[in-house]
Amino acid sequence: MQTHFEKELADLKEILLTMASHAEASVKNAIEALTNRDYDLAQRVREDDSVIDKFELEVDEMAINLLAKAPLASNLRLIMVATKISQNLERVGDEASKISNRARDLAQEAPLKLTLDLPRMSNLVLQMLKDALDAFVNQDPAAARALIPRDKEVDALNKQIYRDLSNQMMHDPETVARCLNLMIVAKSLERIGDHATNVAEEVVYLYEAQDIRHTGKGGSAALQTEMEHKRPVQ
Amino acid sequence: MAETILPKVTVAPDMQQAAIPPTLIEVQNLSLYYGAAQALKNISLGIGEKIVTAFIGPSGCGKSTLLRCFNRMNDLIDNVRIQGSVKIAAQDINSDEVDVIELRKRVGMVFQKSNPFPKSIYENVAYGLRLQGMTRNSALDAAVEESLRQAALWDEVKDRLHTSGLGLSGGQQQRLCIARAIAIKPEIVLMDEPASALDPIATTRVEELILDLKKDYTIVIVTHNMQQAARISDYTAFFYLGELIEYGTTPKIFTNPAKKQTEDYVTGRFG
Repeated sequence: MQTHFEKELADLKEILLTMASHAEASVKNAIEALTNRDYDLAQRVREDDSVIDKFELEVDEMAINLLAKAPLASNLRLIMVATKISQNLERVGDEASKISNRARDLAQEAPLKLTLDLPRMSNLVLQMLKDALDAFVNQDPAAARALIPRDKEVDALNKQIYRDLSNQMMHDPETVARCLNLMIVAKSLERIGDHATNVAEEVVYLYEAQDIRHTGKGGSAALQTEMEHKRPVQ
Repeated sequence: MAETILPKVTVAPDMQQAAIPPTLIEVQNLSLYYGAAQALKNISLGIGEKIVTAFIGPSGCGKSTLLRCFNRMNDLIDNVRIQGSVKIAAQDINSDEVDVIELRKRVGMVFQKSNPFPKSIYENVAYGLRLQGMTRNSALDAAVEESLRQAALWDEVKDRLHTSGLGLSGGQQQRLCIARAIAIKPEIVLMDEPASALDPIATTRVEELILDLKKDYTIVIVTHNMQQAARISDYTAFFYLGELIEYGTTPKIFTNPAKKQTEDYVTGRFG
């Protein structure tokens, strides 16, 4: 039977997931606005950001009231992790807003004749974000660990796009403003990848009580520690 | 989240006054003396209907004394003198017209130490109903079952209703006392540290029960366990040396109390 406290924890999780779906939708819409040069959609993403901000406040308020009830062990971790995940999601919303701002400016100018890996990069970060949240829902720390190394690919794409756009600016100074806008978009996507990684790290902490942040090797370092623990003592 | 409205309080002049619909118990300028010693000092507060209100404070602060004012349990103590008024549903319960027996039917009580009668589980719950004149066995059976179900005890005792109530565990005995208190359908249930003698599992069950009961009853609980007050109550009143220091929504009292004394007490730094 679910206790009243467990029900409150379930409500906290649910609100976090609603927040997550808003954040995911914002990123998708921002990218769509950019790709389709859709000024109105970009405008809408900006306006929707305040919804995500309100969720962050709500999660924090619920969390502090739950903490006053002296939760222990996994319940304690869940509440702490919830505030961190919501903070990351709020930042994802901010990045979506930034992308939509750039999309709005770019929609008013002539399109750049340039092939960039932005669609691939956005698919990658969106999938990372989705996988991190799925790992949270499915209580699957292994899935959370598995997505962390993918952030390197996102970082590499960002660098590649930076180089491509730098070349373009040197080659055609007329396009500098547009190229800078696209650089900001790529940087925002790269940040979203970082936030997805942060969420994944929190998921590992939540379900395994193991802090894998700042270990230098993402999930693999933690996995290695775990293997060492399992090794029989000589 | 929308801010919850504070109950109607008319306490110290610097304290906020607001209305909560509807107030069931209204305490006004209540002072209580045990002989020459003043145990309650000019207390005024309103307690909302069908919510859980917790009284907290160090030993001797008057919280149990105030609780016992709500069903005139202090009448049983010699040398008690009361000034001010306690109204339940707008009626002054200390007036001569009030029948104390009738009052205690409306205001049930559960104590720190479970105190079942040395009778069967069934008879413990049926006792008050029989006193009220319920004699038909089928009606008694139904009422006993309903009360035991409400007290979340039915499944554990349904096969041994006619064995002694004293044979139950401490936690079960306390839930039996709660079943006995609610059998006669009171409006208010007063609880004086109902879980302080129980282990964590039994405590959780009693806390769950309190949260379930508040949809039907107004509950006032005295507790020394801060987290328990935070978990189960909607409003919390903090008392110190017979005075009401602070009263507000439970989240406010436990996350951002207005008074330093309250903060020091809830964080365990008192004194």
